Amino acid sequence: MNVVAVPGSLDHQTVDGLLDAVAAMQEQRSLFDARHVRWIDPNGMVALLAAGSVARDRQGALPRLELPESVDVLGYLSRMGFFREAQGIFDFDGHPPRRASGTSDVLLEITQIQGNADVHKVIDRVQSGTGAVLASKLHYPATAVVPFSVILSEVCQNIIEHADASGWVAAQAYNWARRLGRYVVVISVMDLGRGFRGSLTEEHSARYGDRWGDTTALEAAFLHGLTRFPDSGRGQGIQQMRRQVQRWNGAITIRSGTARIGQVPEWDDSPPLVDTLEPFPGAQISIILPARVDE
Amino acid sequence: MSDVPPDPIAIDVGSLVQKTVTSLYSHLVTRPTGRAVRMAIETQLSGAGQQSLSLIDLSEVTILDYSCADEVVAKLLQRYLHERAHEAFFVFCGVHEPHRDQIQVVLERQSLVAVGETEAGSFELLGAPEPIEASSWLVLEQHGLVTTEDLTDLYPDEDTRHALDRLVERRVAFRSPVSGRYHALSRLVRHLL
Repeated sequence: MNVVAVPGSLDHQTVDGLLDAVAAMQEQRSLFDARHVRWIDPNGMVALLAAGSVARDRQGALPRLELPESVDVLGYLSRMGFFREAQGIFDFDGHPPRRASGTSDVLLEITQIQGNADVHKVIDRVQSGTGAVLASKLHYPATAVVPFSVILSEVCQNIIEHADASGWVAAQAYNWARRLGRYVVVISVMDLGRGFRGSLTEEHSARYGDRWGDTTALEAAFLHGLTRFPDSGRGQGIQQMRRQVQRWNGAITIRSGTARIGQVPEWDDSPPLVDTLEPFPGAQISIILPARVDE
Repeated sequence: MSDVPPDPIAIDVGSLVQKTVTSLYSHLVTRPTGRAVRMAIETQLSGAGQQSLSLIDLSEVTILDYSCADEVVAKLLQRYLHERAHEAFFVFCGVHEPHRDQIQVVLERQSLVAVGETEAGSFELLGAPEPIEASSWLVLEQHGLVTTEDLTDLYPDEDTRHALDRLVERRVAFRSPVSGRYHALSRLVRHLL
């Protein structure tokens, strides 16, 4: 049996290791050992679903998930809707805590994106409460809920238009007191589709010749706005997301295949480009928006 | 023949998006939604004759994303820009701060221009006009109407007059085929606001 040790802290900094481990796995059934998870964010949760899906599809059986021992983590996974989405992906024992009814502190629980109706659902959901979070935690103006919604819409549409597969989105606010000294909002969007190289190969690979690969495909889309559609109105989504994230001094990274590209602000020490990852299907997007600091 | 286009048509996109798209969507997001709304607008215009002036009202739209702005604004304008059989003019109202950037971006990307009401009763030329087109449009907007007698006073050099004609070609100003007078589109739709 393949055993995947899920890191104790599973977030945007550690998900690559989890995805790499799954990408390199053999065909025996897998066990995801998450017993020691003490901290998990939307990137971690969505990556766990993506990793479990890849293992399931490759191995022809539901991978086993050993649930976190931490009651707090279990409760948080439940509030974020993880267990609902994990049905059919993982085999797990026990009864995860039920989600409490009433008001939740969750900005956007894990939502599967399969079609345009799901994008509308996401946008509807974030209209209530998000403006207050952006204002109170990030000190963004009240109108920020509009560009925030536009980012979510564009990033979710990326799944539908380019992946030809389903994916998930989730978002939550955190106090990064030690890491950054302020609040952040973390948005995670991942799919298991054909990835950027797969989406762009037919239209654009010839001009790159031997250099064509995951890295050049990501650069083409992320830096130059290339898309597989000949229509000149296409390809704006990622460009405008980058622009808005930069306005908020945020970080955006996209992993696809063996590469990850990012637009990283001065507070983030992530490298802007990594090209030595294991080949994982689809695309994994992380956006981190920090609280505004008055000059 | 009238000096101005037929009565303008008011199209409320907020209500159209709910009627057109199968469920009760209140936001103009996703490309298929934008495409459906654009096609509904085109259907409304299909019986409008040789000329039409439409007031596209975005004031009830809360969220407008780039994909929808591309479909409902840029592609709508492109569809009619070189159409000889149906000369369609558009004014976009309710282009307030939450929508402005999306509309500006898609217009610039396609090198288009459009007249937008950006604050109550205040119109701007959005998109990618040449500087001389922008200044010529502003003169027309300030006067509302420029007669052939006024033309050389208000547009003393030939370049600005050519720019005014280009605005007509780009469908952000209307020139009467009867009198030769130039009309600001905002003046022609003001009674609908």
